[in-house]
Amino acid sequence: MTVTEEYRPVFAGKVQDELRQILTRYPTKQAALLPALWLVQRERGWISDRNMTEVAEALGVTPAYVKGVVTFYTMYHQHPVGRHFVQVCTTSPCNICGAEEVVKALLQQTGANDPGATSPDGAWTIVEVECLGACGFATPILINDDFIENVTPEKVPDLVRKYR
Amino acid sequence: MGFPHKPHPKETVVLSQYFGDPEARTHKGWVKRGGYEALAQALKMEPAAVTDVVKESGLRGRGGAGFPTGLKWSFMPKEKKRPHYLCVNADESEPGTFKDREIMRWTPHALLEGTAIAAHAIQAEVAYIYIRGEFTEPWAIMEQALAEANAARVFGKIAIHLHRGAGAYICGEETALMNSIEGKRGNPRIKPPFPAAAGLFGLPTTINNVETLAAVPPILTRGAAWYKAMSLSNPKSTGTKLFSVCGHVQRPGNYEVTMGFPLKDLVYELSGGMRAGRTLKACIPGGSSVPILNREETERTLLDYEGCVAAGTMLGSGGVIVFDDSTDMVYQIMRLARFYAHESCAQCTQCREGTAWTTKILERILAGQGKTKDLDLLLDLSENMTGKTICVLSDSCAAPVVSGIQKFKNEFEDYIAGRRKPMLVA
Repeated sequence: MTVTEEYRPVFAGKVQDELRQILTRYPTKQAALLPALWLVQRERGWISDRNMTEVAEALGVTPAYVKGVVTFYTMYHQHPVGRHFVQVCTTSPCNICGAEEVVKALLQQTGANDPGATSPDGAWTIVEVECLGACGFATPILINDDFIENVTPEKVPDLVRKYR
Repeated sequence: MGFPHKPHPKETVVLSQYFGDPEARTHKGWVKRGGYEALAQALKMEPAAVTDVVKESGLRGRGGAGFPTGLKWSFMPKEKKRPHYLCVNADESEPGTFKDREIMRWTPHALLEGTAIAAHAIQAEVAYIYIRGEFTEPWAIMEQALAEANAARVFGKIAIHLHRGAGAYICGEETALMNSIEGKRGNPRIKPPFPAAAGLFGLPTTINNVETLAAVPPILTRGAAWYKAMSLSNPKSTGTKLFSVCGHVQRPGNYEVTMGFPLKDLVYELSGGMRAGRTLKACIPGGSSVPILNREETERTLLDYEGCVAAGTMLGSGGVIVFDDSTDMVYQIMRLARFYAHESCAQCTQCREGTAWTTKILERILAGQGKTKDLDLLLDLSENMTGKTICVLSDSCAAPVVSGIQKFKNEFEDYIAGRRKPMLVA
């Protein structure tokens, strides 16, 4: 398949202004890489190879370098994810409080079925993540940017309904 | 247990005084509570004099290493020839630890004030607060607080910026954090050079934990002697410390106590003890990277740097994970090993291979396919993972494995001998 659609840059207009503002905080352009990638993900939902090339050009590094950084950090998506991206902590402290049951309930209720897979309607992706840093509020989950504490399997149906 | 809640009578409330009080989040509210007086005081002092007060207080790093804060600041060049930087480690990711999150959520200005004081003391004009990517709520609160403080022009010449992480436990390691701010993969650097000589952007840098910096304003306003007097056991451990308690207790949450406080009181009283009909089996007192304690050890451990070492473990970050008698220790140790395998930056062979093999062997045991020699193999692997790498992530993986095998060997043997039903499918 040939890509015919013209590339629409992320860093244009308001977003470009945001990047300019970010660049003033650092003595090097390269240091703006993580914030620039966050902007791309906010605008496009994920970071494509073409996006990485654009970021590379904007910051004076190579596309391969950008890819090296993107792949190091778990929060950058290298492929599209569901409209609701759900991260569930299953590290020990949450694990002993029933986190794996929360994952099962979420997979069932959303139809995503498999961790990392997206539900057929494109709405949900559920992933297990390591420590979310809220161990006293087991089980914490992140639905996009919403941090939700004390989730139990019983609370999952209502939660899913609320976001649906 | 979240805030607001009434502090337990045995708590010593300094850092957590305004937890649960939404007005304290605002600049106006913070000033009304005496906020930014310490900064105004510090800005009138010589940088070295500020460092001396902190040195005198006995404050030690709350991120895990427990290095004396004032001494760390004094390593920075006295004569400033090049730009100096301050990094604030708000990449709180150590399993069991959730105290910095609470500081940022409730008292963002305490952190900003401590940051500005530290920046003045080390003659840095720029400070970066590195907040882990998952902390969306603390980020929003910090952003708002920073905007309000900047509008009120409280920081003088000091610029404070927030920098968002993107999901990597290793970025809590000081030099990995600096690489991450520079727009690189979060690989720890070989030391020396230490950050005070060549840190962020190759320039003299100091890095401090959130809780450490939040403790600085009250030290300045109330005095080093006041802080130093808060010590229940060893004079080398002073002040108060936030302990995050999680796992099988009735009231998980953050509790602030004076250094040297008994771990058993924290677990059985402040956190409400075990669930009905359950007993304590094990406890990790300083975040998942420190050796596991059994019940008897837990009941005699004093919570300060020396007390934890005497009990064969470490105070670490103060993340207390409590396991009751329903816990499958082998499974939970495997989960911890899996955590470290997932978070290894993969630079050093011992860590990249060691964390992965440790996890595989533990999974094999849990699948009922363990061999008698596997325990010795795990101990041998752990030895080769300790003290041999650029940073301590690999050591951290070995700590729960070695202490777990020492203290709960029968549980491993039960899986190996087939006395216990396999937990995992082969």
